[in-house]
Formats: sequence, C-alpha cells, structure tokens
Amino acid sequence: MNGLVVLIPVALGLGLLGLVTFFWALKRGQFEDLDGAAARILIDEEDDRPA
Amino acid sequence: MNAPAPLTEALRASAAPLDSTVLVVPGMHCAGCMAKVERAFGGLPGVHAARVNLTARQVRVEHDPAVREPALVAALAEAGFASQPRGEELAPPPSAVKPLLAPLAVAGFACMNVMLLSVSIWSGADGSTKHLFHWLSAMIGVPAIVYAGMPFFTSAWAALRHWRTNMDVPISIGVVTATGLSLYETAMGGQHAWFDGTLMLLLFLLAGRVLDAMMRDRARAGVDALLRQAAPGAMVVGRTGAIEWVAARDLVPGMVMRVAAGERLAADGTIATGQSKFDQSLLTGESAPVMMRPGDPVHAGTLNLDAPVDVTVTAAGADTSLAEIARLMESAGQVRSRYVRIADRASRLYAPAVHTLAAVTLSGWLIAGLGLHQSLVIAIAVLIITCPCALGLAVPVAQVVASGALMRAGIMVKDGAALERLASIDRALLDKTGTLTLGRPLPDPASLAALGAEEAAVALALASHSRHPLSRALAEALGAAGYEAAVLTDVTEEPGRGVLATWQGQAVALRRPDSASGIATALVIGDRPVRLIAFADRLRPDAEQALAELKALGIEATILSGDNAGAVAEVSRATGLTAQAGASPVDKQAAIARLQAAGHKVLMAGDGLNDGPALAAANASIAPGSASDAGRQAADLVFLGDSLLALPRGVRAARRTMAVVKQNFVLAIGYNALAVPLAMAGYVTPLIAAIAMSTSSLIVIANSLRLYGAAR
Repeated sequence: MNGLVVLIPVALGLGLLGLVTFFWALKRGQFEDLDGAAARILIDEEDDRPA
Repeated sequence: MNAPAPLTEALRASAAPLDSTVLVVPGMHCAGCMAKVERAFGGLPGVHAARVNLTARQVRVEHDPAVREPALVAALAEAGFASQPRGEELAPPPSAVKPLLAPLAVAGFACMNVMLLSVSIWSGADGSTKHLFHWLSAMIGVPAIVYAGMPFFTSAWAALRHWRTNMDVPISIGVVTATGLSLYETAMGGQHAWFDGTLMLLLFLLAGRVLDAMMRDRARAGVDALLRQAAPGAMVVGRTGAIEWVAARDLVPGMVMRVAAGERLAADGTIATGQSKFDQSLLTGESAPVMMRPGDPVHAGTLNLDAPVDVTVTAAGADTSLAEIARLMESAGQVRSRYVRIADRASRLYAPAVHTLAAVTLSGWLIAGLGLHQSLVIAIAVLIITCPCALGLAVPVAQVVASGALMRAGIMVKDGAALERLASIDRALLDKTGTLTLGRPLPDPASLAALGAEEAAVALALASHSRHPLSRALAEALGAAGYEAAVLTDVTEEPGRGVLATWQGQAVALRRPDSASGIATALVIGDRPVRLIAFADRLRPDAEQALAELKALGIEATILSGDNAGAVAEVSRATGLTAQAGASPVDKQAAIARLQAAGHKVLMAGDGLNDGPALAAANASIAPGSASDAGRQAADLVFLGDSLLALPRGVRAARRTMAVVKQNFVLAIGYNALAVPLAMAGYVTPLIAAIAMSTSSLIVIANSLRLYGAAR
C-alpha cells in the first residue's frame, strides 16, 4: 500500500507529461505536414551550389 | 530545419516587415523535390526563407514586399517546377482532423491509465484499495469523458434540438448514463465502475472520426494542389505602354491584357489587336480551335493557341460568363445533398433498437422484482455493450483503406460518401473532349514516322525552345520516341510565326504552315521539302479497354458532348458508344435528370466548365486531373494521368468497399447480438464489456485492411 502512494502519482505524472508534450507539439504545428516530416530526413544538407 | 543557412540568418538580421506568399507546387512529391524547391529561392534577392509543406504541396516564401509573385514563380520554373500563387479562394479549408486530435489524445491517455487501475481491480484488488482505485478512475475519467466526448455531445444536441437523431445520440446517452452510474457506484462504494469501458468507447469512436476526417483532408489537399486552369492574373498594358502583372481579382473592365500564345485568359474580353486561334474546349466542349479577330469576344479560361493578342477586359471575376455556369452548378447538387450516408442509415435502425432493448431490460428486471438500482445497472450494461463501437469504425476504416489504395493508383476521392454513391452506379455518361479524348492536340504518329532521324532531331530542338502548346506536344512526343535534340544556334521565336534557328549553316524553322486543314505545323530545313506535321486530339490510351471493363461491370456508357455532331460521330464510331452531340450545360443536366427519373444511378465523367452542372447533378462524378477548376471542384473523384482505366478501377474499388462495409456491419452487429443476451441476463461486468468492445473493433479493422489492394 505504501508503494502505491508513490507509484500511482509517478505513473499519472508520466502519462500527463506525455499528454502535455503532445498538446505542445499540436500547438506548434508539428502535425501540419506529416509527409514532409517523413521526407525531410532524406534531404542532403550539403549545398554544392555557390550561395 | 533544412532551410539553407544563409536564409535563416538573413531572416534574423532583417527587421523590415516581410510579406509571405504561398505557392502551390503540384509536381513536388519527394525529399529531393523539397530540397530543390527550398533552394530555388536561395539565390533570389529579397527572399528570406522558404518552407515547403509536402502534404499540401505548397511552399511558403517570406520575402520583401518588393518581390512580386511572377519572380518567385520564375525562380521555381528555373528549378523545373510549375507553380502558381495560391489564391484566396484556394486557401485550405479548415482541417477536419485538427479539432479531433486533442480529444483523441485525452481519451487515449485517460483510457490507458484507467484501464491500468481496472486491471488491478479485476485481478483481485479489494476493500479500501478498490475504493481508492475507483476514486482515482473517477478523477481521471470524468474530466476526460467530458472533454473527449464533446464532439459527440454537441453533434447529438444539435440533432435532438431539430427533433432528429443520429449516431451520436445513442453514443451520448450511453456515455452520459454510464458515467453517471459509475460516479454513483464509486460514491456508494459499489462493485463496478464503468469508466474504463466508457473511455475505450470514446477512444475507438474518435479514432473512427479522425480516420474519416483525415481522408477528406488528404484528398482535398491533393485536389487543391492541382494547377488551376484559369490564369490567376494577366500582363496588363498600362496607358504609358508599361506592362505590369495584375492578379485576376484586381482586373477591371477596360484594362488591356497582353495574352501570349499558350496562356489562358484570366477574364472575359474582346480582342483589341492581333488575331489568334483559341481553344474553347474547356468552356464549350468544342474541340476545333476557333479563329478570333479584333472585336470578337473571348472568354476566361480559354487557351490562346497561336499568337499574342491584346484583349480589352469586359468582365472579370464574378461577372464573367462562368458565373452562369456557377449558378447552374449550385442548384444542381440536390441529389447529392439528399444522399444519406450508410452509417447514418444504419444508426436510424440501430439506435431505436438499442434503446428499446435497454428499456425492455430495465422494465423486465423491475417487474421480476429486482431493485431499481440493480435493474439500472443491468440496463446500462446493455447500453454499453451495444454502443456502436465497432459500428463507428465499420465505415470509416474501410473507406480510408480503400481511398488510400485509390490514391496510390492516382485516383483521389473527395470523401467517403463519394465511394458509397459510386458503388451504386449503373449508368455512365462520358464527355468527349478532354475526357474520352486527351483534350490536347497531339502530333499525328504517321507524320512523325515520316520524319528522318536528322529532321526529328532538328524538330525536337526547335520545339523545345517554344512554350507554344503545339511545340510542347511535339517536343514531348519526339522526346518519348527517343530522339535527341540537335545543336542549334541563333534561336529566335517570332510570336505568331514560329521558331527560327540555324543548324549546320542552314536556316531551319518550325512555323505556322502556309495552308493546312486542321491544326498543323511546318518543319523547314534549308531547301529540303517542307514537312507538314499534323496535330489532332486523340482518344485516351486504354479508352477501349476501360469501356469494355465498364460494360463488364454492368454499366452502360454513352457519350454526352457539347462538341459538334461530326466530331462526336467520329469518336462514337471509334468507341462504339451512342452519343448525344451539341449538348449545352443545361441539356447535360437534363439528360442526367431524365436518367435519374427512370431510376438509374448516373456516373458523370467530364472535365470542362460546361460539364460542371452535370458533374454536380450526377449521383457520382469523376474528372481527369487536367480538368477545369469547376470540373475538379464539382467531381467526387479526380484521376491523375492519361489512362481512362481509372473509371472501372474506381467503380470496382467502390463496390468492394461497400461489400466490406456491409460485412463489417454484420460482424459488429453479430458480435453485439451474442453479447446482448448476456448483458440482459445481468452477467456482463466491466471486464467482459472491455473485452467484447476491443475484440469486435479489432475484427472490423482487420476485415477492412483487406481493401489494401482494392484499386488494382
């Protein structure tokens, strides 16, 4: 029973943390362009063109 | 993140207010394209940042106010991407998914946590622990249910206020009563609380809604991304002779537009100077180009084929001749707005049945002598076990999987209802120009075959220097045939005449023929004999196979065209279909109304503005990606590419989808039918409800996934 007093708030807190992070990401527009986010990782950073 | 570094620095350094322009870039589909598009703006002075949105096929450019749209479009064109500024009317409609994501996340979070607590109760937690866990569940569950259930509560309330019912009414009643009873049980220290089941129900239902909305958003983004056919602006000749680019919405009567060959008109007008042939097929269905001379009226959306002309604007924007067609289209959509989606039809039968069952259970147990509290618990168990959890997923999951399959096959579906309507089609009407045919002049294979290898190389080189539609078609055909362009010097394009150049010391030209019947271009090389290359609009590839497949599907097809009888008869002979020629937009709409009155479900396939009302009036409609704006907007499905096989493919996929949807209903209702007697007898505990709900949902999802290859 004593363990529960610690573990339950910890479990809820971690869950809430995930939920808050999701809301933050949603607000920051990170779900606006899912296809682009998937493709962006393949872009070569080096720019061989003269800037 | 991947924006070129100098741009981001420049952005930070500048304090001046920036303009931002959104360009639609339909040709962008991979990481390489994204990088190219974003870097295309790198060297452009005055541009501070560019960020691609691949889902919407758009790029947002932050730039100094001095930088104008044509400069941005030109920079992209240099990088090899056609683009167009996004007009206000093209701004993306508010996303249907976004407002549902937060409730879905909350339901998911709460469901998992409450389920964890419930599992410990089911595995034997007792006494004060159980009591504590119930209270914890209530503290997480009640706010989460209120928040995540909002989309259902508002929709159910809206329906009830108008004395109607929809799928959300039984859901809301079930959720509210289950939550209320669970709270009561928790407060009283009772045996069962139903927070876990209620939250799981909301989670599954929200998942279904999100899938449904996602499909609509995706398809709409795809359709919006296709190029608009009506030019969004025009080069206007000022009083001083200076030429300036003016957006279509800023054009006013009296302005003089300079329209180059290969451009579409942005407004109605009369020709002031110059003469040229105009392709009006999008507007009237008429395939033969029409010669227009000074004083002749020309219409927005028509394509200038030949020579640059100056056009005095007589009407712009909402006043154009398109307004009449737009009005017809608005009034034509009645059949579709009257269509009731299958999920709503199912819920009309389902909701009363469920409520009757719950009421019967309650009164039955009361009569049998059980207390009010006990009887209520059992009745609510019935409500929860019958709540249309799998039913909520039955339709959207199947339609999302099918429309994903269709999208991979190049067919974009606007919404799920379109698939439902398409499945019931038994009659098809096909427009001729642009639908059965490609709608653009293509070089005649015979005259191409007559060219020698050297001649073809010179023709390809000349054609590649011009934006004229005939030149572009020629360059494409010769390029596809494997020819390589010859090396030319001194290339000049004379508007209205053709392309002139020097090749190995000889004067060569691709020019307007001196005399020709129909559309043609003349290839002149030194003093060799002049080669005449004829052009004609041709049937789409696979047209015959597509029509045969439609027939095999039990769909009778006929041609319904605005073109003259001669041109229609030719296509009619080639395809073996009966045809109605010279049909005005009103005639087309009437033809559809006649068939509908005779009990047919009509599919309209068309591309032109003149097809708009018919596309809106038909039970289902499909348009090629090359169609006019109005055509694409009115159509339920838009197919990319040249193949007409998209028609039978779409119909087959729609029919398979409906078959799977019906299976899903049978599975979901069958599962409920097994569980309901248990619930009515009072044997259902929250544990059984949770297992029953998730199993039936998983079965429905698994069955829907069979549609993955439906578009093959």
